[in-house]
Formats: sequence, structure tokens, C-alpha cells
Amino acid sequence: MSALFILIGISILVAGSFLAAFLWSVAKGQFDDDYTPSVRMLFDNELTHGQSESPIKITKTKKEKCR
Amino acid sequence: MGCKQVYLLLDENNLCSYYQFDKNPGIKVKGKFVSERFAYLEDESVIDKLVQFKSDTQINVSFSLPQMHCASCIYLLENLHRIDAGVISSQANFQKKEVFISFNPTLISLRKVVELLSFIGYEPFISLQDTKEKPASSFNRKRIFRLGVAGFCFSNIMMLSFPEYFSGGHIEQNGLKETFTWIIFGLSLPVLFYAASSFFVSAWKGLRQSDINIDVPITLAIIITFGRSYYEIISGTGAGYLDSGTGIIFFMLVGRWFQDKTYDSLAFDRDYHAYFPLGVTVLRNAVEENIPATKLLKGDIIIVRHEEMIPADAVLISGDACIDYSFVSGENAPVSKHSGDLLYAGGKQTGAAIKLQVVKEASQSYITRLWNNQAFSKDINSKDSFIHPWSRYFTAALFTVAISAAVYWYVVDPAKLWPAVTAVLIVACPCSLLLSATFTFGNMMRIFGRQKLYLKNAQVIESLAGIDTVVFDKTGTITQNNTSDVSYTGKQLSEWDKALVKNAASHSSHHLSKLVGSSLDVPYTTDQHLQYFREYAGRGIDATVDHVQVKLGAAEFINDKEEVKAFSGSRVYVMIDQQRKGFFEIQNKYREGFTTVVDHLQGAGYDLHVLSGDNDSEKMNLERIFNGKLSLHFNCTPQDKLDYIKNLQASGKKVLMIGDGLNDAGALMQSDAGIAVSDHAARFTPACDAIIDGNSVQKLYRFLQYAKAGKHVVTASFILSILYNFVGLSFAVQAKLSPMVAAILMPASSISIVLLVSFLSSLVARRKGL
Repeated sequence: MSALFILIGISILVAGSFLAAFLWSVAKGQFDDDYTPSVRMLFDNELTHGQSESPIKITKTKKEKCR
Repeated sequence: MGCKQVYLLLDENNLCSYYQFDKNPGIKVKGKFVSERFAYLEDESVIDKLVQFKSDTQINVSFSLPQMHCASCIYLLENLHRIDAGVISSQANFQKKEVFISFNPTLISLRKVVELLSFIGYEPFISLQDTKEKPASSFNRKRIFRLGVAGFCFSNIMMLSFPEYFSGGHIEQNGLKETFTWIIFGLSLPVLFYAASSFFVSAWKGLRQSDINIDVPITLAIIITFGRSYYEIISGTGAGYLDSGTGIIFFMLVGRWFQDKTYDSLAFDRDYHAYFPLGVTVLRNAVEENIPATKLLKGDIIIVRHEEMIPADAVLISGDACIDYSFVSGENAPVSKHSGDLLYAGGKQTGAAIKLQVVKEASQSYITRLWNNQAFSKDINSKDSFIHPWSRYFTAALFTVAISAAVYWYVVDPAKLWPAVTAVLIVACPCSLLLSATFTFGNMMRIFGRQKLYLKNAQVIESLAGIDTVVFDKTGTITQNNTSDVSYTGKQLSEWDKALVKNAASHSSHHLSKLVGSSLDVPYTTDQHLQYFREYAGRGIDATVDHVQVKLGAAEFINDKEEVKAFSGSRVYVMIDQQRKGFFEIQNKYREGFTTVVDHLQGAGYDLHVLSGDNDSEKMNLERIFNGKLSLHFNCTPQDKLDYIKNLQASGKKVLMIGDGLNDAGALMQSDAGIAVSDHAARFTPACDAIIDGNSVQKLYRFLQYAKAGKHVVTASFILSILYNFVGLSFAVQAKLSPMVAAILMPASSISIVLLVSFLSSLVARRKGL
């Protein structure tokens, strides 16, 4: 049963680290805007003419047509 | 035109996927793109006020872009660096409708950045006031910090308290119970000293103004709960009530957070500074120069172009002035002025550029003087919530019970005196009172928001519930701005006749001619040629199109003697080739569903008033809509409107003012509840208590009914919370309140009240059709 002492200590430490992570994320402004990032991740990083130095080689077969 | 330019720009920079994200991306570039408009952004003092960070190679700046409306906007705004190499990065915040841009000042100037944004259709709203708004977000973060800390401590204390509940206070293992108790002790400290501090501060502020607000009994309950628990833990006599104490603080913080929902993209406190132009073109030594409006001096010669606003009261020197005062005074039609006339600040020029001489500085102008009125300096918190008197009765009743229990135990068994009295104060925490109000109003604010009535704060709901008089502004509030109904009565006009009229009208700059012209849906033909055109000011136009004489104008103008006496409103008579054809009648377009709202409001006994800055041409229509039962006042100045509201209030009325323009700003501030009407989310509204979307004005009656019902929901939940208090108190006065009973009763009552009020307020909303 004395293992409980250690386990309680660990559980509070774990919970405390979650609290710290939460406070840190609030302070960093991660909750300030909960809409824009969800849209931003959907944008493709299309290659432009000037980005030939890109490390990954992708050749575009068709130029995207504008509607 | 604007769209094509934007498209070319996007195509040039390979950003065409802009057109794939939403079906209707992009809105039109407003007005003509005049590059001189932003010349004031070259001024160092203006730049310093706007930018957040400045070095030789980087400038960071945030702009408010009210036009941001869809996912494509985000895409476009975040790819600014591909349009112009000078932009280092840009990041959009959709909810605040802001964009954060950092750029390289050696490659692109601030003015160029703003011009680029305007060019692609997002003209930033620049106000030198906005830079002061920063503290709001750090305040919100502090609140979330408190919430997080309280939640963490509460859940861990609850977990560590379980062995105590289930074992009935006897734990076999030596030292385990003590360890738990001391960990609980440690965990409760941040809750007491950090999370709950906002209650202490508010209670202290209330007491200093000798006012017992709801935070006073709450603070008392918190101090007694924690004080007794710490005493028990230190003296080793018990486990205390820290579990329920921290739980209650957590719930109350959640309630406050829930209630204080804010609309980031709306501003409820704008004054005239927000409307007036920041930059002005001044003529000095025959050279046009762009200076910030604040540096404008009496005697300066200024140039005001099409769609630009007059920054200060000024005398017209030269040019054809046609000033649209609709936003400032509520007058519908633009007025033409002649040289030597005084033009008031706030009017918008339509037509060619005019030259003016400033006679008063911007802050001393006719319209801006309104802001010196007391109504603008009144304390917004002075409106007292109806839960405050309740909390006073509650506190009084609570002390009566506590003292009775003390007297009883003093006689019967003095040893149980302190446990009984403290238990009474612990269990009868008025937090359920607070919870029911915060959760009801918070939920209602969300429901109102979904129906496009955006409240500044929860207190507005109570103000709305108490309203018995509704005052409407006319222009822009009950009529729609810039739209009019044009109807034709008389002999049938052939397509050819219509084309003739349209052609003749198109050469006139009078607003009635324009309305008549745009109402005729005939294709523009190049077959017809204008041979003769003459405009008679205030009377009409005489034109010869395709060898046919076309006369448009007032009844006298076309010699219609019968009609002269019949009607004085806005009618344009038509005569083609010496034959009287009929007339176009121009009426203000009233908002859809407005007559129904009026019927409902009158049926419910609301006293209705209309104040208009316009002339009385719409009198008959208004009387018909309001079934003849209303007080109508025309030609009101902004000051008249304010005074009118003040007089109504002096006779004991609770007044709701609904208006839209700067001319209503005083009345909106003075009234018990001021609602500003806005047809576009992008348009700016004067300082007010709530902002309503133009299409939701027809729901006004339901909104008022719902606000009233909300008060009943809060009262009902008060009764429930008093029942809980009876149960708790019956344990407490007998000095039998065990920590376990408290730990079950207090969260149970809190959660059931929260559920009840959320359910009830949503149910009532559905029944009211919201």
C-alpha cells in the first residue's frame, strides 16, 4: 500500500504537467483564434515559378486552370 | 472592373486557386480606387501610431479588415508575400477580422501595403484609437488561467477526497489520510489566493461604495469555508470542505466566463473619430498636400473628392457640391450647395471634387460637439442587475438563520455552536443565484447572436426586458438605405418611351432622376441621341432626345394644375412630346416585415415613437404603418433626439432606441437600451448596447418577449436553488453537515441548476420562434 504515496505523487505531477501545458498554450495564444488555422491547413503549397530551389522535385503536368 | 484587376493580379502571381475555395470568393472593390486617399500614411507620426514593431528591415502592423468573409479571404490575405515581394509574411485572424502583416520598409511602404489591401478588395479600417485595444486579450487570458488553475485543483482535490467519503473517515494505512489531507491543503491554496481573487476584488469594490453586490456574500462564504477547513486540517479534527469549496469557485468561474462572451469583430464603443477621415488633402501654396485630419487648422483650404467625407465644418469656395448627409442627419436626399454655403462635417460629397475652407477644427464641429454631452460620460456599470437586490435579501435571510441557530445551540449545547453556524454559511452560498443568472444570460446571448442580435454584455438582456417605449429612427432603420420603391402611374409607356426617359434622366445628377433612370429596365440603346438638355434647379429637366421633347419634373414644371395641389411628396411627372404621360412615385422602402412588428408591439402595449432627421414627406406612409398611433417628429437634429429620449425617461419610461447613424449616437447612449442597425457586417455602427442585423429588425418583438421570458427563467431557477438551500440548511442547523453531504449537495445543485436554465432558456427560445 505504501506504493500509493509514490503513485499519488506521480499522478499529481502528470496532472500538473498537463496544467502547465494548458497554461503555456493559452499564453502563446493558441486559443485566440479557433477558426483560421482550421482553414489554413487546407491550402496547398503550390509551386510558383520562382521556387525551383525546392528540395523535393515535383513536375507539374498541367497548369491549373483558373475559373 | 475591380474584379478583373484583382483577377489579373492573382493570375500574374499564380494565385488562381483563390477561385476554388468558395463558390463566391471576393467582393467588389468599393468605389473608385483613389490612390491619394492614403497619402497621409506617409506621415511619420501616423506610422508610429499604427505599427507595433519597427526596425530598419521589418515593420509589423495589424489591420482590421471588416470585409473578410470567407475561407478564400484567408487564402488571399495569407499569400500577400507572393503578390508583393516586400511583404515578409501575413497572417489572418478570421474571428477578429484582422490581418497581421510584417513587411520590409526598404521594399514597400506602409501606404503601399494599405493600397495593395484596398486594391484586392480589403480596405483596412484604420483608426488611430484602435491601437489602444490591446489589454482586452490579456484580460481574457488571465480569466482562462484562473479557470484552468481552479479546474485542475478542484478535480485533484475531489479525487483525493474519495477515500475519505467511502471509508467513512477511517483509512487503514498509517499516514495516508494525513498525506491526502495535506496535499488537498496545498492544492486549495492557489484556488483561494489566485483563482478566487476576482470575487474578493469585486466584493471589496462594492463595499467601498457601500453597496452589497452579489460578490459580498460569495466572498463571505468562501472565507468561512476555507477558514473552517484550514482550522480542521491544522488542528487535525477533520477533513474540511475544501472539495466543495474549490468546486463552487470553479463552477462560478465557468459561469462568468460563459456569460462574458464577446464578439471580437464588433465594436460597441466607437465615437465620431472612427467615422471621420484620417487624411485630408490640403492646398498650401498652390500645392496639394496630404496631412492627418488632426493637424487641420482653421482657415486651411481643403479638397474633398467624390465619396469623401468632409472632415470639419467648412465653407464652400468652388465646385458643385452635392452633399449626402444621410449618415449624419438622417436626411434621405443629397443636398446641393452653392459657394459661400456652410457645409457641416460628416457629409459626403457626391460628384466632382470641391474646394472648401475650414472654419472650425474637427473636434469643434457641429456634429462632434454632441460628444461633449453628459450621456457619453455616464458610467456604463450604473445599471443595476436585478440579482443584486435578491442577493441583499438572501444575505439578510442567511444571517437570520445563522443567528437563530447560534442562539439555539448556545442554550442547548455550546460545543455545537461554531460547527452549526459555519456550516450554515458554507452550505447556503449564494453561488447558485449567481450560477443561474450567468448561465441563463450567457445562453440567451448566444441565442440572440444566432439570430443576429449581438449584445454588448449580459446586462443588456435585463434592460431589454424592462422596456416599455420604443423609439425608432427613420432613415436606415425602418427604411432601407439607398433603396427606394419607384412606381409608375399613368398611361402605358412603350419600350421606346422608357428608353427616352432613361436617356434623358441619365444626364441629370439629381437623385430623383437617377432613381427614375435606374428603375427603368430597358437596355441602353445607342440609337437615341441627345440634342438638347437643360436642368432647372428644383423643378425638373427638359431634354430633346431623338427629336422628341422629354420633360421630367415637378407637377408645375409640366403645367399639370390638377396635380399641383394633390400631392407634395416625391413624384416625378413625365411629359413626352407635349403629352402628359403620368408620374413616377418615389417612396422609401420600408424593411420587410416591419408592419407586423409594429402591430405586435402595439398589441403588447409598447409606446412607439419615430424621430426622423428627414422632412415630413413620408408622414402619411408612417401613419398608415403605425395605425395612426405614434408620436412622429421630423427634422430632428441629433441633439433633439437625445433630448427627446431624456424627456421620455424623465416621465418614467424605459426607452429602447433603435437607430443607425451618427445622428442617433446621442439618443443611443442616452436610452436605457440602444440598438444600432447595420445592413453590412462591414459597416461601422455608433456606440451602443447591441448591434442588430438589418434583416433581424422584423424579429424585434420576439427579441423583447424573449428577454422578458429570460428573467422568468432566472427567477424559476432561484426558487429551485432556494429549495436546495433548505435541504442543506436543515443539515447545517443541526450541526450534522458532513463533508460528504456537502460534497454531494453542492456540485449536484450547481450542475442541476446549470442544466435547468440552459434547457429552459433554449426551450423558451424555440417556443418564441427564435
